[in-house]
Amino acid sequence: MTATDAFSTGPNTQDIPPRHEAAAIPALSIDGVSHSYGTRQALIGIGFSVAPASFTALLGLNGAGKSTLFSLITRLFGIQRGHIGIFGHDVARAPGEALRLLGVVFQPRTLDLDLSVTQNLLYHAALHGIARRDARARSGEVLARIGLADRTGSKVRDLSGGQMRRLEIARALLHRPRLLLLDEATVGLDVKARADILNHVRRLVTEQGISVLWATHLFDEIDSSDDLVVLHQGRVLAQGKVAQVIAAAGGSDINTAFMRLTGSSAPGGSLAS
Amino acid sequence: MTSATTTPIRSGFSLAEYLTCLNGIVWREALRFLHQRERFISALVRPLVWLFIFAAGFRQVLGLSIIPPYETYILYEVYIAPGLMAMIQLFNGMQSSLSMVYDREMGNMRTLLVSPLPRWFLLSCKLLAGTAVSLLQVYAFLLIAWFWDIVPPPAGYLTVLPALVLSGLMLGALGMLISSGIKQLENFAGVMNFVIFPMFFASSALYPLWRILEGSPMLYYVCVFNPFTHAVELIRFALYGQINWTSLAVVGGCTIAFMVGAIYAYDPSRGLIRRGPAGGEA
Repeated sequence: MTATDAFSTGPNTQDIPPRHEAAAIPALSIDGVSHSYGTRQALIGIGFSVAPASFTALLGLNGAGKSTLFSLITRLFGIQRGHIGIFGHDVARAPGEALRLLGVVFQPRTLDLDLSVTQNLLYHAALHGIARRDARARSGEVLARIGLADRTGSKVRDLSGGQMRRLEIARALLHRPRLLLLDEATVGLDVKARADILNHVRRLVTEQGISVLWATHLFDEIDSSDDLVVLHQGRVLAQGKVAQVIAAAGGSDINTAFMRLTGSSAPGGSLAS
Repeated sequence: MTSATTTPIRSGFSLAEYLTCLNGIVWREALRFLHQRERFISALVRPLVWLFIFAAGFRQVLGLSIIPPYETYILYEVYIAPGLMAMIQLFNGMQSSLSMVYDREMGNMRTLLVSPLPRWFLLSCKLLAGTAVSLLQVYAFLLIAWFWDIVPPPAGYLTVLPALVLSGLMLGALGMLISSGIKQLENFAGVMNFVIFPMFFASSALYPLWRILEGSPMLYYVCVFNPFTHAVELIRFALYGQINWTSLAVVGGCTIAFMVGAIYAYDPSRGLIRRGPAGGEA
């Protein structure tokens, strides 16, 4: 079984909010958020929202503030200024309710290498209060979907980079979140693994109605139908549908639009190596 | 947040969810401990070296008078056994905090911190998990010590348990508090040398306080104000079915203080924020 074959979103078992309700509330709302490290401003009054059941690409150079923003959304950092809401739940005031609806894949690997594939999933499930029996059933489901059903007892350190990333995505979905954050999820992977992961995440949006915020510095990961937020030096320079952003910037494609917006240059469809 | 409406979702967490989370964290800590056999062996070898070699040499040098909780003359090995039990917990507490620094550097800590359950609860679970691991080590040590004729009253094996839990929590919380201030893994060993050795040697683990007073009044006061001294005494008395109320108060108070400090230090708005962006990238 190839990774692509195995990358099925499978039966929809997610708790998706009713469409009429989902349309009314943004999956993620960022409002006037600023953050500084001492005197250095990492984010300066940024604001944008992610619509329910949409794929939003957060495009920016390394150092643009993407990881800081993810740390604020996930409550790793306290919010210094502004508001962040997840399906209307304020992250600062109601973190439990907000984080329940959130799945996250951080840029650095966060798996426990000494534990097995299943043990990593069971640990994550426990952190969300999911009882062992239910957790085992869900683990079996997600591992089947990502093509790792035959690696349940393998130590994570024995997996390839692509398999680890798929496992992290599966883990992020284990508690059935409605919003999925992925921070540079394809960094360090080969072309095929990158494509598999991106396709899998896109199918989560279309087939399961999960909202996705996909942080990247790679132009070729952005589709013309996506929502796009351009983040540069801690500021949101543009947001909207990809075509709108390109037109507003006066570019011919995402690449030239980004260059015009930021005044930077980057070779070969990537903002950074 | 200006949004007037929210997606309805059950607020708060049930007791079962809290217990599931606690169980999961303890289970993960136990698994990691069992996978690291060297850690288990070294945790046992260290106190056994003190017991078999150091104590055997010192028993001829150090005379011990009859002091509570002992009701008769005792061998030096019997005297230092509670100190060695506390030493196991001290090292385990520091090992757990080292593991937290490692987890933070490797990114695993984020898995814990983005859980929707309250952060104070998650960190308390980590402490309990570390304490549970230290209990395994202490009882393994007691089993071996039994063959060395260090035999407390049978009930002592049970009555010492609450004292071990409390001292384990105190030392674990201290380690967690220290680890929250350490920015890089490489700095950990140096910091630990400044914590473990002074705490252990400036205590009643190896010599009774009256002996220390005879040698150096200043050191005596250092020992009296050292929380580790009280952890040792709490364990010593509990092993013989007694309670040292002063030590109980000191250990209890220090446990609360260190736990509050550790939870405060890991608060996202205070602790991590000063260290800069997660993963080192903005």
